[in-house]
Amino acid sequence: MKGNSWALKLSAGFGFIFLYAPIIALIVYSFNESKLVTVWGGWSIKWYVELFQNEQIMNAAWVSLKIAFISASLAAVLGTLAGFVLSRMGKFTGKTIMAGWVTAPLVMPEVITGLSLLLLFVAMESMFGWPAGRGTTTIVIAHTTFCLAYVAVVVQSRLASMDETLEEAAMDLGAKPVSLFFLVTLPLIAPAILSGWLLSFTLSLDDLVIASFVSGPGNSTLPMVIFSKVRLGVTPEINALATLMILAVSIAVIAAIVIMRRQNRFQGP
Amino acid sequence: MSVSSVAPQIVPKAAPTWRQSTSEPFVRIEQINKQFGEFTAVNNVSLDIYKNELFCLLGGSGSGKSTLLRMLAGFEKPTSGRILIDGVDMSNTPPWERPVNMMFQSYALFPHLSVEANVAFGLKREGLPSGEVKKRVADILDMVQLGHLAKRKPHMLSGGQRQRVALARSLVKRPKLLLLDEPLGALDKKLREETQFELMRLQEELGITFVVVTHDQEEAMTLATRIGVMNNGVIVQTAEPHEVYEYPNNRFVAEFIGNVNLFEGTVVGDERDSASIHCADTENLIHVDHGISCAPNQQVSVAIRPEKFRITREAPASLVNTTQGIVTEVAYMGSQSIYKVRLPSGKEVRITQPNVQRDADDRFTWDDHVYLAWDADSSVVLTS
Repeated sequence: MKGNSWALKLSAGFGFIFLYAPIIALIVYSFNESKLVTVWGGWSIKWYVELFQNEQIMNAAWVSLKIAFISASLAAVLGTLAGFVLSRMGKFTGKTIMAGWVTAPLVMPEVITGLSLLLLFVAMESMFGWPAGRGTTTIVIAHTTFCLAYVAVVVQSRLASMDETLEEAAMDLGAKPVSLFFLVTLPLIAPAILSGWLLSFTLSLDDLVIASFVSGPGNSTLPMVIFSKVRLGVTPEINALATLMILAVSIAVIAAIVIMRRQNRFQGP
Repeated sequence: MSVSSVAPQIVPKAAPTWRQSTSEPFVRIEQINKQFGEFTAVNNVSLDIYKNELFCLLGGSGSGKSTLLRMLAGFEKPTSGRILIDGVDMSNTPPWERPVNMMFQSYALFPHLSVEANVAFGLKREGLPSGEVKKRVADILDMVQLGHLAKRKPHMLSGGQRQRVALARSLVKRPKLLLLDEPLGALDKKLREETQFELMRLQEELGITFVVVTHDQEEAMTLATRIGVMNNGVIVQTAEPHEVYEYPNNRFVAEFIGNVNLFEGTVVGDERDSASIHCADTENLIHVDHGISCAPNQQVSVAIRPEKFRITREAPASLVNTTQGIVTEVAYMGSQSIYKVRLPSGKEVRITQPNVQRDADDRFTWDDHVYLAWDADSSVVLTS
């Protein structure tokens, strides 16, 4: 067959429109001069200016970034450990349960994750007195929990495709287990960990449902602020904010993809 | 160490160590067993390897040769038995403390490190001063002629170059024992032959004991001082290359190494220095120049290599050690020709003859009726 048929091209076109039309509309309207969201009043960046002067949104953005950074970092460490256990430890009791747990957050409704974590935090507080109340700490714990699953999956698949003779070669050349890990294994799986970190960062930044369950007063994350504002009516300011978030998330996701690609090429025979 | 700066190591040509009954073995493998669950990978193997040897473990896939090598390196623990290297029991020595280095079949070069850093890896683990590390890395890279590629990453090298980096990396620590797992497997034929001679040169020059695992019998024949032929986890014969070829001690070795024609027969006469075997395929008696010391009428196989036959159009004077047949296939190979001759019993015999004359008019061809003859000392009687 020569080239692509018109039917395929048409399907591709529809796909692109469905996926990107809403986002493009949002971006275009964020540059709208008019106060009315749906009425075009000419180009302007005044809503971006106003956005940066809105203290509530700026505070929420800072909280979100902080939580995303900490949870992504914790998830990267814990997820790497989990990935190691799953790919390197032989058969052990509970392996299936653990493997199931790693993939659970990918399919579990967020409402359930949020609710179960809330119940856990409340129970823990009444039993140990920690975490006292709900706020940044509980959101970080909740986000770490579901993000580490993503890191574990990425790291596990990386370890599975890694040539184990590389580690044997390092041992053969005199590397003890600790230096073996830091000199050979870690550098080789670092791209996987980094892309897992980026993925976790964006997931944490995006999350509304779980955060709503486990956050406390004065600790609203950015998605929570947006959601509550939108319920009172969409303002052009929110369009500007949403555009910036799309930009940030796109950069993170593209970076993750590029890192994985480069690494695969590098790893080639 | 560049080639010129190395003090020439003289390997004694006379009476190799493994032929002297008094020599101390350098590597001693004592009744090693290795089980993987129900599967026995290595079955009660005992083997002595001497200093300066280039010992080849030869066998098909699943014969246990790689498992044995991995136990020498310390990657696998024997289920029972022990290994001594230079007199020291290695049972509880982890890989990173063994005086052994290995060259992996996949080369296992660290993809995130440059050629230089790959080679320096082992030396740095020893905690050598950086000046010495640099010097030794540069010297060994010169020796394998890769000095100009020191800064490259492995994925920017050709297969042959990677192979030489792997070799340099395993030699740079000056191990007492070098293990090579199918070292030439991934190279094309021409490069393989060059590297074979290169390996032999290095081995003589550096005086390191080599243990090579290979499935390629030609490679083993060229390289080895001695060959251990493995099958189903057992070493079936340990001998020098020509012995393994000319005096195989059982049917597996005879058929695994080179080509062979096997004739089934019954011993009808067994003296101290000769024996006669009746064989249905050859019709005439087979006479061998040594006794077999077996029960009368024992069933045996007589192995005759393809190049040991004389092929003629005229009937030979004596009937002993002769037979006749029809040429059914001819393959001209340049230096030699391969003929297949069908005997009256239906058995096909493979024969090779050197093409001594350039344009011989009387070369044998299809459907020629020919006589085959061989000497009493060119056949081997196999009882197992």
